[in-house]
Amino acid sequence: MIGALAVLLVFQLIGEILVQASGWPVPGPVIGMVLLFLVLRWRGVLPTALRVTAETLLSHLSLLFVPAGVGIIQHGARLADEWLAVSVALVVSTLVTVAVTALVMRAVVGRRRGGQNG
Amino acid sequence: MDKIFNDVWVYLAASPLLWLTVTLAVYLAGQWLFQRSGGRALFNPVALAITLLVALLLLTGTPYSTYFQGAQFIHFLLGPATVALAVPLYLHWERVRQLFLPIVVGLLVGSATAIFSAIGVAWLLGGTPRTLLSLAPKSVTTPVAMGIAEKIGGLPSLTAVLVILTGVIGAVAAPALLNGLRIRDDAIKGIAIGVAAHGIGTARAFQISAMAGAFSGLAIGLNALLTALLVPLIVKLLHLTP
Repeated sequence: MIGALAVLLVFQLIGEILVQASGWPVPGPVIGMVLLFLVLRWRGVLPTALRVTAETLLSHLSLLFVPAGVGIIQHGARLADEWLAVSVALVVSTLVTVAVTALVMRAVVGRRRGGQNG
Repeated sequence: MDKIFNDVWVYLAASPLLWLTVTLAVYLAGQWLFQRSGGRALFNPVALAITLLVALLLLTGTPYSTYFQGAQFIHFLLGPATVALAVPLYLHWERVRQLFLPIVVGLLVGSATAIFSAIGVAWLLGGTPRTLLSLAPKSVTTPVAMGIAEKIGGLPSLTAVLVILTGVIGAVAAPALLNGLRIRDDAIKGIAIGVAAHGIGTARAFQISAMAGAFSGLAIGLNALLTALLVPLIVKLLHLTP
Protein backbone atom coordinates (compact mmCIF):
# COMPACT_ATOMS: atom_id res chain seq x y z
CA MET A 1 0.00 0.00 0.00
CA ILE A 2 2.68 2.51 1.05
CA GLY A 3 5.00 1.21 -1.67
CA ALA A 4 2.26 1.61 -4.27
CA LEU A 5 1.46 5.14 -3.05
CA ALA A 6 5.15 5.98 -3.28
CA VAL A 7 5.21 4.71 -6.89
CA LEU A 8 2.24 6.96 -7.80
CA LEU A 9 3.86 9.99 -6.11
CA VAL A 10 7.24 9.35 -7.76
CA PHE A 11 5.63 9.26 -11.21
CA GLN A 12 3.65 12.43 -10.44
CA LEU A 13 6.86 14.09 -9.28
CA ILE A 14 8.73 13.09 -12.45
CA GLY A 15 5.78 14.40 -14.49
CA GLU A 16 5.78 17.75 -12.66
CA ILE A 17 9.56 18.12 -13.04
CA LEU A 18 9.38 17.41 -16.79
CA VAL A 19 6.56 19.92 -17.24
CA GLN A 20 8.34 22.63 -15.25
CA ALA A 21 11.60 22.06 -17.10
CA SER A 22 10.11 21.87 -20.60
CA GLY A 23 7.25 24.39 -20.41
CA TRP A 24 4.84 21.93 -22.11
CA PRO A 25 1.20 23.02 -21.75
CA VAL A 26 0.37 19.64 -20.18
CA PRO A 27 -0.31 18.90 -16.50
CA GLY A 28 2.35 16.94 -14.60
CA PRO A 29 0.05 14.15 -13.33
CA VAL A 30 -1.02 13.39 -16.93
CA ILE A 31 2.65 12.96 -17.94
CA GLY A 32 3.07 10.79 -14.83
CA MET A 33 0.15 8.64 -15.98
CA VAL A 34 1.66 8.19 -19.45
CA LEU A 35 5.08 7.29 -17.99
CA LEU A 36 3.64 4.79 -15.51
CA PHE A 37 1.62 3.21 -18.34
CA LEU A 38 4.75 2.90 -20.51
CA VAL A 39 6.72 1.29 -17.66
CA LEU A 40 3.90 -1.20 -17.00
CA ARG A 41 3.77 -2.11 -20.71
CA TRP A 42 7.56 -2.43 -20.85
CA ARG A 43 7.73 -4.70 -17.79
CA GLY A 44 4.55 -6.59 -18.70
CA VAL A 45 3.52 -7.15 -15.06
CA LEU A 46 1.20 -5.23 -12.78
CA PRO A 47 2.10 -5.66 -9.07
CA THR A 48 -0.97 -6.60 -7.04
CA ALA A 49 -0.35 -3.87 -4.46
CA LEU A 50 -0.28 -1.20 -7.17
CA ARG A 51 -3.45 -2.57 -8.71
CA VAL A 52 -5.29 -2.62 -5.37
CA THR A 53 -4.14 0.88 -4.38
CA ALA A 54 -5.02 2.35 -7.79
CA GLU A 55 -8.45 0.74 -7.77
CA THR A 56 -9.15 1.91 -4.20
CA LEU A 57 -8.18 5.48 -5.07
CA LEU A 58 -10.21 5.46 -8.30
CA SER A 59 -13.31 3.97 -6.66
CA HIS A 60 -13.45 7.12 -4.50
CA LEU A 61 -12.45 9.53 -7.24
CA SER A 62 -15.54 11.68 -6.74
CA LEU A 63 -14.60 12.41 -3.09
CA LEU A 64 -11.43 14.13 -4.29
CA PHE A 65 -13.47 16.83 -6.08
CA VAL A 66 -15.45 17.87 -3.02
CA PRO A 67 -12.95 20.41 -1.55
CA ALA A 68 -12.68 22.36 -4.83
CA GLY A 69 -16.46 22.17 -5.32
CA VAL A 70 -17.11 23.80 -1.95
CA GLY A 71 -15.27 26.82 -3.45
CA ILE A 72 -18.63 27.72 -5.03
CA ILE A 73 -19.13 29.63 -1.76
CA GLN A 74 -16.62 32.28 -2.98
CA HIS A 75 -18.48 32.96 -6.22
CA GLY A 76 -22.01 33.59 -4.97
CA ALA A 77 -22.26 37.11 -6.44
CA ARG A 78 -21.03 36.30 -9.94
CA LEU A 79 -23.16 33.17 -10.14
CA ALA A 80 -26.21 35.08 -8.92
CA ASP A 81 -25.69 37.67 -11.72
CA GLU A 82 -25.02 35.17 -14.48
CA TRP A 83 -26.81 32.05 -13.26
CA LEU A 84 -28.89 31.66 -16.42
CA ALA A 85 -25.98 31.85 -18.88
CA VAL A 86 -23.80 29.61 -16.71
CA SER A 87 -26.36 26.92 -15.90
CA VAL A 88 -27.75 26.64 -19.44
CA ALA A 89 -24.22 26.59 -20.89
CA LEU A 90 -23.12 23.82 -18.49
CA VAL A 91 -26.16 21.60 -19.07
CA VAL A 92 -26.35 22.06 -22.86
CA SER A 93 -22.60 21.80 -23.43
CA THR A 94 -22.20 18.68 -21.26
CA LEU A 95 -25.12 16.80 -22.86
CA VAL A 96 -24.17 17.84 -26.41
CA THR A 97 -20.57 16.75 -25.81
CA VAL A 98 -21.64 13.31 -24.52
CA ALA A 99 -24.05 12.79 -27.45
CA VAL A 100 -21.75 14.08 -30.22
CA THR A 101 -18.74 12.07 -28.98
CA ALA A 102 -20.73 8.83 -28.69
CA LEU A 103 -22.45 9.23 -32.09
CA VAL A 104 -19.22 10.14 -33.89
CA MET A 105 -17.42 7.15 -32.36
CA ARG A 106 -20.24 4.79 -33.29
CA ALA A 107 -20.21 6.12 -36.85
CA VAL A 108 -16.44 5.56 -37.16
CA VAL A 109 -16.71 2.03 -35.69
CA GLY A 110 -19.62 1.21 -38.04
CA ARG A 111 -17.82 2.58 -41.10
CA ARG A 112 -14.74 0.50 -40.31
CA ARG A 113 -16.80 -2.66 -39.83
CA GLY A 114 -18.73 -1.92 -43.04
CA GLY A 115 -15.42 -1.42 -44.85
CA GLN A 116 -14.02 -4.72 -43.58
CA ASN A 117 -17.15 -6.65 -44.52
CA GLY A 118 -17.50 -5.12 -47.95
CA MET B 1 -21.03 25.62 29.45
CA ASP B 2 -20.94 28.36 26.86
CA LYS B 3 -17.32 29.03 27.69
CA ILE B 4 -16.33 25.37 27.28
CA PHE B 5 -18.14 25.22 23.96
CA ASN B 6 -16.43 28.40 22.88
CA ASP B 7 -12.96 27.14 23.89
CA VAL B 8 -13.45 23.85 22.06
CA TRP B 9 -14.71 25.65 18.96
CA VAL B 10 -11.79 28.09 18.93
CA TYR B 11 -9.37 25.16 19.12
CA LEU B 12 -11.13 23.13 16.42
CA ALA B 13 -11.67 26.07 14.09
CA ALA B 14 -7.92 26.66 13.95
CA SER B 15 -6.91 23.05 13.21
CA PRO B 16 -7.15 21.21 9.89
CA LEU B 17 -8.57 18.14 11.66
CA LEU B 18 -12.13 19.42 11.91
CA TRP B 19 -12.88 20.16 8.25
CA LEU B 20 -10.93 17.15 6.98
CA THR B 21 -13.07 14.90 9.18
CA VAL B 22 -16.29 16.71 8.32
CA THR B 23 -15.56 16.41 4.57
CA LEU B 24 -15.08 12.63 4.88
CA ALA B 25 -18.15 12.25 7.10
CA VAL B 26 -20.36 14.29 4.78
CA TYR B 27 -19.13 12.35 1.74
CA LEU B 28 -19.90 9.02 3.47
CA ALA B 29 -23.35 10.35 4.37
CA GLY B 30 -23.86 11.33 0.71
CA GLN B 31 -22.85 7.84 -0.44
CA TRP B 32 -25.17 6.27 2.10
CA LEU B 33 -28.08 8.41 0.83
CA PHE B 34 -27.16 7.54 -2.76
CA GLN B 35 -27.26 3.81 -1.97
CA ARG B 36 -30.46 4.13 0.09
CA SER B 37 -32.11 5.84 -2.90
CA GLY B 38 -31.33 2.72 -4.94
CA GLY B 39 -28.47 4.40 -6.83
CA ARG B 40 -30.74 7.10 -8.21
CA ALA B 41 -28.61 9.45 -10.32
CA LEU B 42 -30.17 12.61 -8.83
CA PHE B 43 -28.74 11.74 -5.41
CA ASN B 44 -25.21 12.36 -6.64
CA PRO B 45 -22.86 11.95 -3.64
CA VAL B 46 -20.60 14.85 -4.73
CA ALA B 47 -23.50 17.27 -5.12
CA LEU B 48 -24.97 16.20 -1.77
CA ALA B 49 -21.62 16.55 0.00
CA ILE B 50 -20.90 20.00 -1.48
CA THR B 51 -24.39 21.30 -0.64
CA LEU B 52 -24.12 20.12 2.97
CA LEU B 53 -20.61 21.54 3.41
CA VAL B 54 -21.58 24.93 1.98
CA ALA B 55 -24.52 25.04 4.39
CA LEU B 56 -22.23 24.14 7.32
CA LEU B 57 -19.66 26.80 6.39
CA LEU B 58 -22.36 29.47 6.08
CA LEU B 59 -24.00 28.46 9.36
CA THR B 60 -20.71 28.56 11.29
CA GLY B 61 -19.38 31.62 9.47
CA THR B 62 -16.25 29.74 8.42
CA PRO B 63 -14.26 31.23 5.51
CA TYR B 64 -13.36 28.94 2.60
CA SER B 65 -9.61 29.39 3.25
CA THR B 66 -10.04 27.91 6.75
CA TYR B 67 -12.07 25.02 5.35
CA PHE B 68 -9.45 24.36 2.66
CA GLN B 69 -6.62 24.10 5.21
CA GLY B 70 -8.21 20.83 6.30
CA ALA B 71 -9.69 19.71 2.99
CA GLN B 72 -6.46 20.25 1.03
CA PHE B 73 -5.24 16.79 2.05
CA ILE B 74 -8.12 15.27 0.07
CA HIS B 75 -7.69 17.75 -2.80
CA PHE B 76 -4.02 16.77 -3.04
CA LEU B 77 -4.91 13.16 -3.87
CA LEU B 78 -6.25 14.29 -7.28
CA GLY B 79 -2.66 14.15 -8.57
CA PRO B 80 -1.80 10.56 -7.55
CA ALA B 81 -5.32 9.47 -8.62
CA THR B 82 -4.64 10.86 -12.11
CA VAL B 83 -1.39 8.87 -12.25
CA ALA B 84 -3.34 5.79 -11.06
CA LEU B 85 -5.45 5.94 -14.24
CA ALA B 86 -2.49 4.20 -15.91
CA VAL B 87 -3.60 0.96 -14.20
CA PRO B 88 -7.05 0.52 -15.83
CA LEU B 89 -5.52 1.76 -19.07
CA TYR B 90 -2.90 -1.02 -18.87
CA LEU B 91 -5.55 -3.64 -18.04
CA HIS B 92 -7.74 -2.70 -21.03
CA TRP B 93 -5.02 -1.86 -23.53
CA GLU B 94 -6.03 -4.54 -26.06
CA ARG B 95 -9.50 -3.03 -26.47
CA VAL B 96 -8.02 0.48 -26.66
CA ARG B 97 -5.78 -0.63 -29.53
CA GLN B 98 -8.70 -2.17 -31.41
CA LEU B 99 -10.65 1.08 -31.12
CA PHE B 100 -7.71 3.39 -31.77
CA LEU B 101 -9.18 5.36 -34.70
CA PRO B 102 -12.69 5.85 -33.24
CA ILE B 103 -11.10 6.98 -29.96
CA VAL B 104 -8.86 9.56 -31.67
CA VAL B 105 -11.72 10.96 -33.77
CA GLY B 106 -14.17 10.89 -30.85
CA LEU B 107 -11.73 12.72 -28.55
CA LEU B 108 -10.91 15.43 -31.07
CA VAL B 109 -14.56 16.11 -31.92
CA GLY B 110 -15.70 15.80 -28.30
CA SER B 111 -13.02 18.11 -26.91
CA ALA B 112 -13.75 20.83 -29.48
CA THR B 113 -17.52 20.44 -28.97
CA ALA B 114 -17.17 20.88 -25.20
CA ILE B 115 -15.19 24.12 -25.57
CA PHE B 116 -17.19 25.74 -28.39
CA SER B 117 -20.64 24.84 -27.03
CA ALA B 118 -19.85 26.15 -23.53
CA ILE B 119 -18.50 29.48 -24.81
CA GLY B 120 -21.24 29.79 -27.46
CA VAL B 121 -24.26 29.16 -25.25
CA ALA B 122 -23.00 31.39 -22.43
CA TRP B 123 -22.20 34.18 -24.93
CA LEU B 124 -25.69 33.98 -26.46
CA LEU B 125 -27.22 34.33 -22.98
CA GLY B 126 -25.12 37.38 -22.11
CA GLY B 127 -22.28 35.88 -20.09
CA THR B 128 -19.41 38.31 -19.37
CA PRO B 129 -16.02 37.66 -21.04
CA ARG B 130 -14.40 36.60 -17.77
CA THR B 131 -17.14 34.03 -17.21
CA LEU B 132 -16.74 32.75 -20.80
CA LEU B 133 -13.00 32.35 -20.27
CA SER B 134 -13.60 30.53 -16.99
CA LEU B 135 -16.10 28.21 -18.73
CA ALA B 136 -13.90 27.23 -21.69
CA PRO B 137 -11.87 24.43 -20.00
CA LYS B 138 -14.81 23.11 -17.91
CA SER B 139 -14.70 19.52 -19.22
CA VAL B 140 -11.19 18.64 -18.04
CA THR B 141 -10.12 17.56 -14.59
CA THR B 142 -9.85 20.30 -11.91
CA PRO B 143 -6.10 20.99 -11.61
CA VAL B 144 -5.68 21.07 -15.40
CA ALA B 145 -8.71 23.30 -15.97
CA MET B 146 -7.51 25.75 -13.30
CA GLY B 147 -4.11 25.97 -14.97
CA ILE B 148 -5.68 26.69 -18.36
CA ALA B 149 -8.07 29.30 -16.94
CA GLU B 150 -5.21 31.11 -15.29
CA LYS B 151 -3.26 31.23 -18.54
CA ILE B 152 -6.13 32.68 -20.64
CA GLY B 153 -7.40 35.23 -18.10
CA GLY B 154 -10.30 33.35 -16.52
CA LEU B 155 -10.85 32.93 -12.78
CA PRO B 156 -9.24 29.62 -11.70
CA SER B 157 -11.33 29.22 -8.56
CA LEU B 158 -14.54 29.83 -10.55
CA THR B 159 -13.35 27.34 -13.18
CA ALA B 160 -12.89 24.71 -10.45
CA VAL B 161 -16.54 25.15 -9.46
CA LEU B 162 -17.76 25.02 -13.09
CA VAL B 163 -15.68 21.87 -13.67
CA ILE B 164 -17.33 20.16 -10.73
CA LEU B 165 -20.85 21.23 -11.73
CA THR B 166 -20.10 19.87 -15.22
CA GLY B 167 -18.97 16.57 -13.71
CA VAL B 168 -22.13 16.29 -11.62
CA ILE B 169 -24.38 17.08 -14.61
CA GLY B 170 -22.55 14.48 -16.70
CA ALA B 171 -22.71 11.84 -13.95
CA VAL B 172 -26.41 12.44 -13.43
CA ALA B 173 -27.56 12.67 -17.05
CA ALA B 174 -25.04 10.90 -19.31
CA PRO B 175 -25.96 7.23 -18.65
CA ALA B 176 -29.64 7.86 -19.42
CA LEU B 177 -28.75 9.96 -22.48
CA LEU B 178 -26.44 7.23 -23.84
CA ASN B 179 -29.14 4.59 -23.32
CA GLY B 180 -31.61 6.87 -25.14
CA LEU B 181 -29.19 7.09 -28.07
CA ARG B 182 -28.91 3.26 -28.01
CA ILE B 183 -25.17 3.26 -27.46
CA ARG B 184 -24.39 -0.32 -26.33
CA ASP B 185 -20.59 -0.40 -26.36
CA ASP B 186 -19.19 0.29 -22.88
CA ALA B 187 -15.95 1.56 -24.44
CA ILE B 188 -17.85 4.28 -26.37
CA LYS B 189 -19.92 5.13 -23.27
CA GLY B 190 -16.73 5.51 -21.23
CA ILE B 191 -14.99 7.81 -23.71
CA ALA B 192 -18.10 10.01 -24.13
CA ILE B 193 -18.56 10.36 -20.36
CA GLY B 194 -14.85 10.99 -19.72
CA VAL B 195 -14.52 13.67 -22.41
CA ALA B 196 -17.58 15.56 -21.19
CA ALA B 197 -17.46 15.01 -17.43
CA HIS B 198 -13.85 14.09 -16.41
CA GLY B 199 -13.31 12.36 -13.03
CA ILE B 200 -16.80 12.73 -11.56
CA GLY B 201 -18.20 11.21 -14.75
CA THR B 202 -15.53 8.51 -14.54
CA ALA B 203 -16.62 7.59 -11.00
CA ARG B 204 -20.09 7.04 -12.49
CA ALA B 205 -18.67 5.15 -15.50
CA PHE B 206 -16.96 2.67 -13.14
CA GLN B 207 -20.48 1.88 -11.86
CA ILE B 208 -21.55 0.94 -15.42
CA SER B 209 -18.57 -1.43 -15.78
CA ALA B 210 -14.82 -1.62 -15.21
CA MET B 211 -14.38 -1.33 -18.98
CA ALA B 212 -16.45 1.90 -19.16
CA GLY B 213 -14.43 3.28 -16.24
CA ALA B 214 -11.10 2.43 -17.90
CA PHE B 215 -12.08 4.19 -21.13
CA SER B 216 -13.46 7.16 -19.23
CA GLY B 217 -10.13 7.40 -17.41
CA LEU B 218 -8.26 7.25 -20.70
CA ALA B 219 -10.47 10.06 -22.01
CA ILE B 220 -9.64 12.29 -18.99
CA GLY B 221 -5.93 12.04 -19.66
CA LEU B 222 -6.10 12.59 -23.40
CA ASN B 223 -8.74 15.30 -23.14
CA ALA B 224 -6.50 17.13 -20.67
CA LEU B 225 -3.76 17.20 -23.32
CA LEU B 226 -6.14 18.24 -26.12
CA THR B 227 -7.95 20.94 -24.15
CA ALA B 228 -4.68 22.44 -22.95
CA LEU B 229 -3.70 22.85 -26.61
CA LEU B 230 -7.14 23.80 -28.05
CA VAL B 231 -8.48 26.35 -25.54
CA PRO B 232 -5.74 28.99 -26.04
CA LEU B 233 -6.14 28.64 -29.84
CA ILE B 234 -9.93 28.95 -29.75
CA VAL B 235 -9.79 31.91 -27.38
CA LYS B 236 -7.41 33.68 -29.75
CA LEU B 237 -9.60 32.82 -32.75
CA LEU B 238 -12.69 34.30 -31.06
CA HIS B 239 -10.76 37.40 -29.86
CA LEU B 240 -11.86 36.80 -26.26
CA THR B 241 -10.19 39.01 -23.66
CA PRO B 242 -11.15 39.42 -19.98
